Amino acid sequence: MDPVLSIRPLLAVAVASLAALSVLLLHNREKLRDLVSPVAAVLMFAIVASMAPTVLAGGTVDLRLFEILPGIDLAFRVDALGMVFATVSSLLWIVAAVYSIGYMRHLNEHAQTRFYACFALSLAAAVGGAFSANLFTLVIFYEVLSLVTYPLVYHHEDEEGWAGSRKYLVYLMGASKSVLLAALALTYHIAGSLDFRAGGLLAGADASPALLTVVYFCYLFGFAKAAVMPMHAWLPAAMVAPTPVSALLHAVAVVKMGVFCVLRVIFNVFGVGLVGDLGLGIATAYLVSFTILMASVYALTRDDLKARLAYSTVSQLSYIVLGAVLLSPVAMVGGIIHIAAHAFSKITLFFCAGSIYCASGKRKISDMAGIGRRLPWTMGAFFVASLSMIGIPPTAGFVSKWYLAEGSVEAGQVAFLLVLLTSSVLNAAYFLPVSYSAFFEAESGEGHATVREIPLVTVPLVATAFLSVLMGIFPDYFLTLANGVVR
Amino acid sequence: MTLPLLSLIVFLPAAGAAVLMFLRNDDAVRWIALGFTLLDFALAVAMLVGFDTTTHEMQFTETRPWVPALGITYALGVDGISALFVFLSALLGWICVLASWAAIDRKVKEFMVSLLSMQALMLGVFCALDLFLFYVFWEAMLIPMYLIIGVWGGEGRVYAAFKFFLYTLAGSLLFLVGVIVLYFQGGQTFDILALTARDLPFHVQSWLFFAFLIAFAVKVPMVPVHTWLPDAHVQAPTAGSIILAGVLLKMGAYGFLRFSLPMLPDASLYYSTLMLALSALAIVYGGFLALAQDDLKKLVAYSSISHMGFVTLGIFALNLRGLEGGILQMFNHGVTTGALFLFVGLIYERTHTRSIADYGGLMKVAPVYTAFLALFTLSSMALPGTNSFVGELLVLTGGFAASPAFGAAAVLGALLGAAYLLGMYRKVALGPADARARFKIHDVNGRELVAILPLAVFVLWVGLYPKPFLGIIDASVKHLLVQVHGNGSSP
Repeated sequence: MDPVLSIRPLLAVAVASLAALSVLLLHNREKLRDLVSPVAAVLMFAIVASMAPTVLAGGTVDLRLFEILPGIDLAFRVDALGMVFATVSSLLWIVAAVYSIGYMRHLNEHAQTRFYACFALSLAAAVGGAFSANLFTLVIFYEVLSLVTYPLVYHHEDEEGWAGSRKYLVYLMGASKSVLLAALALTYHIAGSLDFRAGGLLAGADASPALLTVVYFCYLFGFAKAAVMPMHAWLPAAMVAPTPVSALLHAVAVVKMGVFCVLRVIFNVFGVGLVGDLGLGIATAYLVSFTILMASVYALTRDDLKARLAYSTVSQLSYIVLGAVLLSPVAMVGGIIHIAAHAFSKITLFFCAGSIYCASGKRKISDMAGIGRRLPWTMGAFFVASLSMIGIPPTAGFVSKWYLAEGSVEAGQVAFLLVLLTSSVLNAAYFLPVSYSAFFEAESGEGHATVREIPLVTVPLVATAFLSVLMGIFPDYFLTLANGVVR
Repeated sequence: MTLPLLSLIVFLPAAGAAVLMFLRNDDAVRWIALGFTLLDFALAVAMLVGFDTTTHEMQFTETRPWVPALGITYALGVDGISALFVFLSALLGWICVLASWAAIDRKVKEFMVSLLSMQALMLGVFCALDLFLFYVFWEAMLIPMYLIIGVWGGEGRVYAAFKFFLYTLAGSLLFLVGVIVLYFQGGQTFDILALTARDLPFHVQSWLFFAFLIAFAVKVPMVPVHTWLPDAHVQAPTAGSIILAGVLLKMGAYGFLRFSLPMLPDASLYYSTLMLALSALAIVYGGFLALAQDDLKKLVAYSSISHMGFVTLGIFALNLRGLEGGILQMFNHGVTTGALFLFVGLIYERTHTRSIADYGGLMKVAPVYTAFLALFTLSSMALPGTNSFVGELLVLTGGFAASPAFGAAAVLGALLGAAYLLGMYRKVALGPADARARFKIHDVNGRELVAILPLAVFVLWVGLYPKPFLGIIDASVKHLLVQVHGNGSSP
């Protein structure tokens, strides 16, 4: 199938960028300013969706802007993997945009103009990254995403905010200005290009296995947004941001950009064949298994709800990488659809954390006993999303974990089945007590007498909980795309 | 008889300087100086428009006999490499005038005369095709630069100017010895192109290589002969710093490109590992020094040492990507570091302190200033999408091809760059804004914005569409590679 030439990939980026500009221009007309983001989100999702049929049919949408260096273009290519990431990000932006309005207004947050502008730019960067046709273009959007989320992390401008945002930038920029930079230069040196190729850019390249192994690990740790240990510490630090940021950016856009880049490297830079030949698949699988289990253990010990969710994210991101590096088609499908499954469920959990905070000012799980009776919708959604995280049917998490489990058997690596099972038990251990305590324990301390659901906050989280179940029942869209990547 | 475009470009600022001497009104001096430098810039643009990028041959050449008895001619011409720097010098010329508009308030006429003379001599260096003429321009530059630092500089200006003068003069004297040796060994001619075609024996090449190395290394500057630079920068007025960083430092690297590589190819190849090692040392050592600074100007000055290390690393990788990256990085460094010195100057004019510890929360009081500062800071740390990233990627790719170890050292330098630049920005622009109460800072005005904007344009232009810039140098670099490696063996 010939690629479709279209300006739509650029348009999707432009819509979000223009939204940011409009937000800045409308800074003293608050009602109008707040409307910009939901409208832009719907527009962006429409543009992304308009390309879906082509991609579902196995085609690509291409846009080549111009040559940067010989072998390096500034170019877009919408393929199945990019479509998974872009669909999830743009769809959830709609929900998050509404949620943000409810959250920011209720808490009467300062610097809302900066908040909405940076938020929109983050989405521009995420979708731009999803649609990038080569490493050069991808890395531009990757770095822009780090920069525009930085003000969102220091948003509160208190001591905690400055410290957290500093750690955020040190990890992300440190990784990209060292190992990632080296990986890019070495790749360009070896291959003379930075393009994504179907079977892998470096496949058949004239380079020693040792050098290729170095380059591979430079990518794996250079894309620190994927939060593979030890490059994960920035993520809990980023939790000082307002909750809509933690929800859409630090559970979906930013972290998925990280794993998306890692998948790109595995599928389109090295190629599945080369990763297998070098024996890197199994090495990475052990590495990320450690992350999966260790992060879950960390999550167990955290009483701050957002911190617990953050470590859970670190763990779940490594599921995605694990799926890819098992190198069996079924496992790869599982990893790819886990991008969507985790996104829908984890954003719900963060939305719930924000809803609880808005309604009651509570952040610690130990203070939330009995709150479920006051916030039935919020805690109901929390329970549904928890089930998806654990992997219980009929939720989205069940589908992806099923594929991952089957894939590890198919790959002949039963050890990782054990990792998945252990991790699921740990998931249950750190999520279910939250729901149990919220619904069945007596209200702690002074009680929650004044706590009420806030409609503009509650509706979005119910919607995303619904999405988590919907994808569990109708996973076809993402399965088709994932199969398109693996094929 | 065609228009002697290069002579016009070189001598227009000198003519401007002559005109200025007859003026009394400071404002008239400023406007006339701006007029001459802008006109000069227009001519440089015209030169680039008419430049043929398909050939490595010298273009816009002019030759007139000067001292026939000694084989000295007045010969000008540009190839792709020099054309790019003629353009850069002409661009920074009028930006320097704007940067000095309010900052220089005494002896304005004398300052502008020095500035324009400096401008003429720098352009002369890049255009000269006769070694003697080159040497005249090269040495004469010292005088106006000495005056700019020594008269209009800060408190320690006399010491700094003297140190600058001594270092450069010491290097230049060795260069003079080299020039004389070259004159006799090369058949008693000063014609640079003819000398380039000579095939000198290796031992002669070696001696000349080290004579040139010391002269050029002082200018670049390379570690360990870099110590004049921080003093000169800290004491120099803003325009002086912009010229120093933007153009003067490029002279050393240009010397390697114009003399060492094509005239002494065997020695250049033989000693390339040494040069790579010195470059890597400059990158890392300069980076650590920058990391330790509290003075804004010193931080930018030491970062220059690190960044110029990238330039020489690219050049002595002696492959296509390294050389193109090195030359592009020379241009980028001129734009970006020039801009950073401008920004340090702007804020110093308002607060009279350069200590990073005195700042904080500037974003709240000067949003436009801090937004552009962010752009140039990110450009300096080579964020993807900015000019320096393209250059850095090329240099590293070329560097890794030449030597993985030195390539890795350069990566460490890039990491250090991110650390000191982002650290500086965070402390100055962000953070708790308690320090800002001490200053009544107004944001950038229209005149300052006019000086900033073109530099910002080049940051993004080269970052996203570097092709025109690489196109200018491409043919000349490929020819240079043939000169170094001989026909058919260039990598």
